[in-house]
Amino acid sequence: MKIKILALGRHPEILQTVVRLINNNPEWEGMGANTDDEAVLLFSAQAFKIVLLCGGIEPDSENSLRATFNALNPDAIIVQHYGGGSGLLSAEIYQALAK
Amino acid sequence: MAHTVLHKAETRGHASHGWLDSYHSFSFSSYYNPERMNFGVLRVLNDDTVDAGMGFGKHPHDNMEIISIPLEGDLEHKDSMNNVAVIKNGDIQAMSAGTGIYHSEYNKDREQRVKFLQIWVYPNKKNVEPRYDQITLNLDDRHNKLQQILSPNPDDEGVWIHQNAWFHLGKFDKGISTDYAIKGKGNGVYLFVLSGDVKVNDQLLNTRDGYGIWDTDKFTIAAETDAEFLLMEVPMEF
Repeated sequence: MKIKILALGRHPEILQTVVRLINNNPEWEGMGANTDDEAVLLFSAQAFKIVLLCGGIEPDSENSLRATFNALNPDAIIVQHYGGGSGLLSAEIYQALAK
Repeated sequence: MAHTVLHKAETRGHASHGWLDSYHSFSFSSYYNPERMNFGVLRVLNDDTVDAGMGFGKHPHDNMEIISIPLEGDLEHKDSMNNVAVIKNGDIQAMSAGTGIYHSEYNKDREQRVKFLQIWVYPNKKNVEPRYDQITLNLDDRHNKLQQILSPNPDDEGVWIHQNAWFHLGKFDKGISTDYAIKGKGNGVYLFVLSGDVKVNDQLLNTRDGYGIWDTDKFTIAAETDAEFLLMEVPMEF
Protein backbone atom coordinates (compact mmCIF):
# COMPACT_ATOMS: atom_id res chain seq x y z
CA MET A 1 0.00 0.00 0.00
CA LYS A 2 1.29 3.42 -0.95
CA ILE A 3 2.22 5.92 1.74
CA LYS A 4 -0.23 8.80 1.64
CA ILE A 5 1.27 12.27 1.85
CA LEU A 6 -0.71 15.51 2.05
CA ALA A 7 1.01 18.68 0.87
CA LEU A 8 -0.40 22.02 1.93
CA GLY A 9 0.77 25.30 0.43
CA ARG A 10 -0.50 28.66 -0.80
CA HIS A 11 1.37 28.85 -4.11
CA PRO A 12 -0.74 26.72 -6.50
CA GLU A 13 1.98 26.05 -9.05
CA ILE A 14 4.59 25.12 -6.46
CA LEU A 15 2.07 22.93 -4.69
CA GLN A 16 1.38 21.19 -7.98
CA THR A 17 5.12 20.61 -8.43
CA VAL A 18 5.47 19.17 -4.94
CA VAL A 19 2.56 16.78 -5.47
CA ARG A 20 3.94 15.69 -8.83
CA LEU A 21 7.34 14.99 -7.29
CA ILE A 22 5.75 12.96 -4.51
CA ASN A 23 3.82 10.91 -7.04
CA ASN A 24 7.01 10.27 -9.04
CA ASN A 25 7.93 7.84 -6.28
CA PRO A 26 5.96 4.62 -6.86
CA GLU A 27 5.74 4.03 -3.11
CA TRP A 28 4.11 7.37 -2.33
CA GLU A 29 0.72 8.90 -3.08
CA GLY A 30 0.53 12.67 -2.86
CA MET A 31 -2.41 15.04 -2.69
CA GLY A 32 -2.39 18.80 -2.43
CA ALA A 33 -4.46 21.38 -0.59
CA ASN A 34 -4.34 25.10 -1.19
CA THR A 35 -6.63 26.18 1.66
CA ASP A 36 -6.98 25.18 5.29
CA ASP A 37 -10.54 23.95 4.77
CA GLU A 38 -9.49 21.77 1.88
CA ALA A 39 -6.60 20.39 3.93
CA VAL A 40 -8.81 19.49 6.89
CA LEU A 41 -11.40 17.93 4.60
CA LEU A 42 -8.82 15.75 2.89
CA PHE A 43 -7.08 14.87 6.14
CA SER A 44 -10.38 13.81 7.73
CA ALA A 45 -11.26 11.57 4.80
CA GLN A 46 -7.98 9.70 4.30
CA ALA A 47 -5.25 8.14 6.39
CA PHE A 48 -2.29 10.37 5.62
CA LYS A 49 1.01 9.27 7.07
CA ILE A 50 2.74 12.59 6.44
CA VAL A 51 1.62 16.20 6.10
CA LEU A 52 4.03 18.55 4.34
CA LEU A 53 3.67 22.22 5.17
CA CYS A 54 4.91 24.15 2.15
CA GLY A 55 5.50 27.85 1.60
CA GLY A 56 3.15 30.72 2.36
CA ILE A 57 1.19 29.26 5.26
CA GLU A 58 0.50 31.91 7.86
CA PRO A 59 1.63 31.22 11.45
CA ASP A 60 -1.94 31.25 12.82
CA SER A 61 -3.08 28.84 10.13
CA GLU A 62 -0.14 26.57 10.80
CA ASN A 63 -0.81 26.46 14.53
CA SER A 64 -4.48 25.76 14.01
CA LEU A 65 -3.83 23.09 11.40
CA ARG A 66 -1.24 21.32 13.55
CA ALA A 67 -3.72 21.20 16.41
CA THR A 68 -6.48 19.88 14.15
CA PHE A 69 -4.29 17.24 12.52
CA ASN A 70 -2.96 16.08 15.90
CA ALA A 71 -6.48 15.75 17.22
CA LEU A 72 -7.70 13.82 14.21
CA ASN A 73 -4.68 11.55 13.87
CA PRO A 74 -1.82 11.95 16.35
CA ASP A 75 0.22 9.37 14.42
CA ALA A 76 0.48 11.55 11.34
CA ILE A 77 3.86 13.22 10.99
CA ILE A 78 3.80 16.91 10.20
CA VAL A 79 6.88 18.16 8.36
CA GLN A 80 7.91 21.64 7.31
CA HIS A 81 8.86 21.39 3.65
CA TYR A 82 11.52 23.76 2.48
CA GLY A 83 12.61 24.59 -0.98
CA GLY A 84 9.44 24.49 -3.05
CA GLY A 85 9.82 20.97 -4.32
CA SER A 86 13.38 21.17 -5.55
CA GLY A 87 15.87 18.71 -4.14
CA LEU A 88 14.94 18.49 -0.47
CA LEU A 89 11.61 16.73 -0.72
CA SER A 90 12.75 13.13 -0.79
CA ALA A 91 15.10 13.53 2.17
CA GLU A 92 12.38 15.23 4.22
CA ILE A 93 9.97 12.38 3.54
CA TYR A 94 12.55 9.66 4.22
CA GLN A 95 13.49 11.37 7.48
CA ALA A 96 9.85 11.57 8.51
CA LEU A 97 9.30 7.91 7.70
CA ALA A 98 12.33 6.97 9.78
CA LYS A 99 10.79 8.47 12.92
CA MET B 1 36.10 22.21 23.38
CA ALA B 2 35.56 22.48 19.62
CA HIS B 3 33.47 19.90 17.83
CA THR B 4 34.33 18.98 14.28
CA VAL B 5 33.09 16.92 11.36
CA LEU B 6 35.08 15.92 8.30
CA HIS B 7 33.48 15.23 4.94
CA LYS B 8 36.08 13.92 2.50
CA ALA B 9 35.44 14.87 -1.10
CA GLU B 10 34.93 11.30 -2.23
CA THR B 11 32.20 10.70 0.36
CA ARG B 12 29.83 13.21 -1.23
CA GLY B 13 26.74 12.05 -3.05
CA HIS B 14 27.17 12.06 -6.80
CA ALA B 15 24.63 12.38 -9.59
CA SER B 16 25.58 12.28 -13.24
CA HIS B 17 22.85 13.18 -15.70
CA GLY B 18 24.97 13.55 -18.83
CA TRP B 19 24.70 17.34 -19.10
CA LEU B 20 24.96 17.78 -15.32
CA ASP B 21 27.54 16.34 -13.01
CA SER B 22 26.75 17.15 -9.41
CA TYR B 23 28.41 16.38 -6.11
CA HIS B 24 26.24 16.80 -3.02
CA SER B 25 27.84 17.45 0.35
CA PHE B 26 24.43 16.94 1.99
CA SER B 27 21.37 14.88 1.11
CA PHE B 28 19.79 16.21 -2.07
CA SER B 29 17.41 14.88 -4.68
CA SER B 30 18.02 11.12 -4.92
CA TYR B 31 21.06 11.21 -2.63
CA TYR B 32 19.84 10.46 0.85
CA ASN B 33 22.17 9.91 3.77
CA PRO B 34 20.63 10.53 7.20
CA GLU B 35 24.12 11.28 8.54
CA ARG B 36 24.55 14.03 5.97
CA MET B 37 21.48 16.23 6.20
CA ASN B 38 22.90 19.60 7.10
CA PHE B 39 25.48 21.59 9.02
CA GLY B 40 23.41 23.85 11.22
CA VAL B 41 21.26 25.91 8.86
CA LEU B 42 23.53 25.09 5.91
CA ARG B 43 21.34 22.58 4.11
CA VAL B 44 22.73 22.22 0.59
CA LEU B 45 26.24 22.46 -0.85
CA ASN B 46 26.20 21.27 -4.44
CA ASP B 47 29.30 21.30 -6.62
CA ASP B 48 27.86 21.39 -10.12
CA THR B 49 29.29 21.14 -13.62
CA VAL B 50 26.93 21.92 -16.50
CA ASP B 51 27.77 21.24 -20.14
CA ALA B 52 27.86 23.98 -22.75
CA GLY B 53 24.39 25.10 -23.80
CA MET B 54 22.61 23.16 -21.07
CA GLY B 55 21.01 23.99 -17.77
CA PHE B 56 18.12 23.76 -15.35
CA GLY B 57 14.77 24.65 -16.85
CA LYS B 58 12.18 26.67 -14.95
CA HIS B 59 11.71 25.25 -11.47
CA PRO B 60 10.37 26.53 -8.16
CA HIS B 61 11.87 27.41 -4.83
CA ASP B 62 10.41 28.71 -1.62
CA ASN B 63 11.66 29.47 1.87
CA MET B 64 15.33 29.06 1.15
CA GLU B 65 18.27 31.42 0.81
CA ILE B 66 20.02 30.26 -2.36
CA ILE B 67 23.55 31.36 -3.09
CA SER B 68 25.26 30.73 -6.44
CA ILE B 69 29.00 31.12 -6.96
CA PRO B 70 30.38 30.36 -10.45
CA LEU B 71 33.90 28.94 -10.30
CA GLU B 72 34.44 28.53 -14.02
CA GLY B 73 32.32 29.97 -16.82
CA ASP B 74 29.10 31.95 -16.47
CA LEU B 75 25.52 31.08 -15.52
CA GLU B 76 22.45 32.81 -16.89
CA HIS B 77 19.66 33.29 -14.39
CA LYS B 78 16.03 34.14 -15.22
CA ASP B 79 13.28 34.30 -12.63
CA SER B 80 9.59 34.93 -12.19
CA MET B 81 10.31 38.43 -10.88
CA ASN B 82 11.50 39.23 -14.43
CA ASN B 83 15.12 39.34 -13.38
CA VAL B 84 17.54 38.26 -16.08
CA ALA B 85 21.19 38.23 -15.17
CA VAL B 86 24.43 36.55 -16.04
CA ILE B 87 26.28 35.39 -12.97
CA LYS B 88 29.87 35.54 -14.11
CA ASN B 89 32.90 33.79 -12.76
CA GLY B 90 33.89 36.21 -9.99
CA ASP B 91 30.30 37.10 -9.06
CA ILE B 92 28.09 35.91 -6.25
CA GLN B 93 24.30 35.85 -6.33
CA ALA B 94 21.95 35.45 -3.37
CA MET B 95 18.27 34.74 -3.88
CA SER B 96 15.70 34.75 -1.09
CA ALA B 97 12.97 32.42 -2.36
CA GLY B 98 10.53 33.40 0.40
CA THR B 99 6.88 32.95 -0.55
CA GLY B 100 7.89 31.33 -3.81
CA ILE B 101 9.75 31.99 -7.01
CA TYR B 102 10.45 30.23 -10.27
CA HIS B 103 13.81 30.46 -11.97
CA SER B 104 16.03 28.83 -14.57
CA GLU B 105 19.80 28.58 -14.66
CA TYR B 106 21.57 28.01 -17.95
CA ASN B 107 25.05 27.79 -19.35
CA LYS B 108 24.61 29.88 -22.48
CA ASP B 109 28.18 29.40 -23.65
CA ARG B 110 28.23 27.02 -26.60
CA GLU B 111 31.73 25.73 -25.95
CA GLN B 112 32.68 26.08 -22.34
CA ARG B 113 31.23 24.23 -19.38
CA VAL B 114 30.24 26.08 -16.24
CA LYS B 115 31.26 24.96 -12.78
CA PHE B 116 29.51 26.51 -9.84
CA LEU B 117 28.61 26.06 -6.22
CA GLN B 118 24.99 26.20 -5.25
CA ILE B 119 24.47 26.68 -1.54
CA TRP B 120 21.13 26.66 0.30
CA VAL B 121 20.67 28.06 3.76
CA TYR B 122 17.51 27.87 5.87
CA PRO B 123 16.22 31.42 6.38
CA ASN B 124 15.63 32.96 9.81
CA LYS B 125 12.35 34.39 8.57
CA LYS B 126 9.79 32.43 6.58
CA ASN B 127 7.62 33.68 3.75
CA VAL B 128 9.58 36.83 2.99
CA GLU B 129 9.08 38.76 -0.22
CA PRO B 130 11.30 37.06 -2.83
CA ARG B 131 14.38 39.09 -3.76
CA TYR B 132 17.80 38.69 -5.18
CA ASP B 133 21.15 40.39 -4.94
CA GLN B 134 24.23 39.99 -7.11
CA ILE B 135 27.67 41.58 -7.01
CA THR B 136 31.02 41.23 -8.71
CA LEU B 137 33.83 40.44 -6.33
CA ASN B 138 37.34 41.88 -6.51
CA LEU B 139 39.63 38.88 -6.76
CA ASP B 140 42.51 40.79 -5.17
CA ASP B 141 40.53 41.13 -1.95
CA ARG B 142 40.92 37.43 -1.20
CA HIS B 143 44.62 37.05 -1.95
CA ASN B 144 46.23 36.00 1.31
CA LYS B 145 43.30 37.38 3.29
CA LEU B 146 39.65 36.56 3.92
CA GLN B 147 37.16 38.34 1.69
CA GLN B 148 33.66 38.66 3.09
CA ILE B 149 31.20 37.81 0.32
CA LEU B 150 27.97 37.42 2.30
CA SER B 151 26.48 38.64 5.56
CA PRO B 152 23.10 39.27 7.24
CA ASN B 153 23.48 43.00 6.74
CA PRO B 154 22.56 44.84 3.52
CA ASP B 155 25.04 47.57 4.44
CA ASP B 156 27.98 45.23 4.94
CA GLU B 157 30.49 43.81 2.45
CA GLY B 158 29.14 41.24 -0.01
CA VAL B 159 25.58 40.15 -0.65
CA TRP B 160 23.08 39.67 2.18
CA ILE B 161 20.59 36.99 3.12
CA HIS B 162 17.86 36.40 5.69
CA GLN B 163 20.08 34.52 8.10
CA ASN B 164 22.74 35.22 10.69
CA ALA B 165 25.45 33.92 8.36
CA TRP B 166 28.75 35.14 6.98
CA PHE B 167 30.65 33.68 4.02
CA HIS B 168 34.28 34.37 3.16
CA LEU B 169 36.56 33.35 0.32
CA GLY B 170 40.32 33.02 0.64
CA LYS B 171 43.00 32.44 -1.97
CA PHE B 172 46.20 31.84 -0.03
CA ASP B 173 49.77 31.26 -1.17
CA LYS B 174 51.52 28.28 0.35
CA GLY B 175 52.60 29.03 3.91
CA ILE B 176 50.09 31.80 4.58
CA SER B 177 47.80 31.40 7.57
CA THR B 178 45.11 33.36 9.32
CA ASP B 179 42.76 33.10 12.26
CA TYR B 180 39.01 33.18 11.87
CA ALA B 181 36.93 34.48 14.77
CA ILE B 182 33.30 33.33 14.87
CA LYS B 183 31.02 36.34 14.56
CA GLY B 184 27.69 35.03 15.79
CA LYS B 185 27.00 33.38 19.13
CA GLY B 186 26.04 29.77 18.56
CA ASN B 187 27.47 29.73 15.05
CA GLY B 188 29.76 27.16 13.49
CA VAL B 189 31.81 27.27 10.30
CA TYR B 190 31.81 24.85 7.38
CA LEU B 191 34.98 25.18 5.32
CA PHE B 192 34.99 23.88 1.74
CA VAL B 193 38.32 23.55 -0.03
CA LEU B 194 38.04 24.69 -3.62
CA SER B 195 41.62 23.79 -4.50
CA GLY B 196 44.87 22.84 -2.83
CA ASP B 197 45.51 21.67 0.71
CA VAL B 198 44.77 23.58 3.90
CA LYS B 199 44.99 22.83 7.58
CA VAL B 200 42.28 23.92 9.97
CA ASN B 201 44.00 23.77 13.33
CA ASP B 202 45.66 20.33 12.99
CA GLN B 203 43.25 18.86 10.43
CA LEU B 204 44.63 18.52 6.91
CA LEU B 205 42.08 19.04 4.17
CA ASN B 206 42.40 18.40 0.45
CA THR B 207 40.59 19.69 -2.63
CA ARG B 208 36.78 19.54 -2.30
CA ASP B 209 36.91 18.31 1.30
CA GLY B 210 34.39 19.84 3.69
CA TYR B 211 35.06 20.46 7.37
CA GLY B 212 32.71 21.74 10.00
CA ILE B 213 33.83 23.24 13.29
CA TRP B 214 31.64 24.56 16.11
CA ASP B 215 31.60 25.20 19.85
CA THR B 216 34.67 27.31 19.48
CA ASP B 217 35.45 31.02 19.28
CA LYS B 218 38.12 30.86 16.60
CA PHE B 219 40.37 28.60 14.59
CA THR B 220 43.45 28.81 12.38
CA ILE B 221 43.55 28.19 8.64
CA ALA B 222 46.92 27.51 7.04
CA ALA B 223 47.65 26.93 3.37
CA GLU B 224 49.81 23.82 2.98
CA THR B 225 49.92 24.48 -0.76
CA ASP B 226 48.57 27.35 -2.82
CA ALA B 227 44.93 26.98 -1.93
CA GLU B 228 41.48 28.46 -2.33
CA PHE B 229 38.66 27.88 0.12
CA LEU B 230 35.18 29.02 1.14
CA LEU B 231 34.19 29.60 4.76
CA MET B 232 30.48 29.45 5.61
CA GLU B 233 29.63 30.61 9.12
CA VAL B 234 26.06 29.67 10.03
CA PRO B 235 23.86 29.21 13.10
CA MET B 236 24.05 25.64 14.40
CA GLU B 237 20.47 25.73 15.73
CA PHE B 238 17.25 26.66 13.96
